[in-house]
Amino acid sequence: MKIKETLFNPLFKDNPIALQILGICSALAVTTKLETSLVMSAAVVAVCGFSNLFVSIIRNHIPSSIRIIAQMIVIASLVILTDQILKAFLYDVAKGLSVYISLIITNCIVMGRTEGFAMKNGPFISFVDGIGNGLGYSIVLIFVGFFRELFGSGTLMGYKVLPLVADGGWYQPNGMALLSPSAFFLIGFFIWGLRTWKKDQVETE
Amino acid sequence: MFEHYLSLFLKAVFVENLALSFFLGMCTFLAVSKKVSTSIGLGIAVVVVQSITIPVNNLIYNYLLKEGALSWAGMPEVDLSFLGVISYIGVIAAMVQILEMTLDKFFPALYSALGIFLPLITVNCAILGGSLFMVERDYTFVESVVFGVGSGTGWALAIMALAGIREKMRYSDVPDGLRGLGITFITVGLMALGFLAFSGIQL
Repeated sequence: MKIKETLFNPLFKDNPIALQILGICSALAVTTKLETSLVMSAAVVAVCGFSNLFVSIIRNHIPSSIRIIAQMIVIASLVILTDQILKAFLYDVAKGLSVYISLIITNCIVMGRTEGFAMKNGPFISFVDGIGNGLGYSIVLIFVGFFRELFGSGTLMGYKVLPLVADGGWYQPNGMALLSPSAFFLIGFFIWGLRTWKKDQVETE
Repeated sequence: MFEHYLSLFLKAVFVENLALSFFLGMCTFLAVSKKVSTSIGLGIAVVVVQSITIPVNNLIYNYLLKEGALSWAGMPEVDLSFLGVISYIGVIAAMVQILEMTLDKFFPALYSALGIFLPLITVNCAILGGSLFMVERDYTFVESVVFGVGSGTGWALAIMALAGIREKMRYSDVPDGLRGLGITFITVGLMALGFLAFSGIQL
């Protein structure tokens, strides 16, 4: 039961982006296409899960005064590994993601979970927590990527869904969806929807 | 020559604003922009750290990590560029630590004004992102100094502007679900839309 909660709570109940304000930084610029969003999500889920696992395994051997640096090294090594794997097997996508894969290092979700959860809990449950939070982040990313690609270029994963006017179809693409501000609006609306559904997340002023 | 640096500076501040066109440093950008006074403190800290770390990382990249960079040590075929991010983040953490100690010793007033923001800067992706862009665009040392100051200033401007808007927004009637974080996202979106007016400007 506890494992299930740890895995699924971050999806909607305690979403890292919508509620904890973590990890917005490296996410938004990669969401113009669904494909890059999916790759970025997979990278974050992997880094988040494994950094939680490894930090949790060595948690009793890290002196608390240097714990930030120790966590940083674990995370940075995992991110470099991910970066090299992507460059080897998915070169075009890796090129499109440019510096944002490396920026997973400073993604506060990873740091926040290792510091807040993995330092206090066993390896297995920490791994599950990392995967769960990675998935919570992925949901927002995929939501944004889906709408930006659909409305911006009328395609999904590169396949034509809405035929464009330029090719003799009926859909006039919305150029704004490809520009950066639309990502903010979409996340704003995502939060609005989420908080209308789960009233207890509404902020009081 | 001077014109080249001036255009690089203006480009880093407005056209390629780190916060509003690259979404870097968003977590702190959204979390610490409730009051103008705190956001000014954070803005200054980012400018200082950014203008020190980017040139230092430029030297590290050019003389230690780049392919063939170690030829001065007699090892011309060594390519250490895969160690990039881990050394940049090390430099940033070390710089922030040194800056913190220096400020504490010599400028206690500024130190207490910055408070918690100084250590927070280590995990601000605008700083690491700045260094990575510097490497990707292959800046020379002087260019990297200009880029560091410029991109830091751009970020500071953006957070101060957002804080100003949020202070005004306290008097407005926002729908329940949008209150707080939701409306902030939409505000930032509108600001980014405004900054798009700068894009395409050739200097």
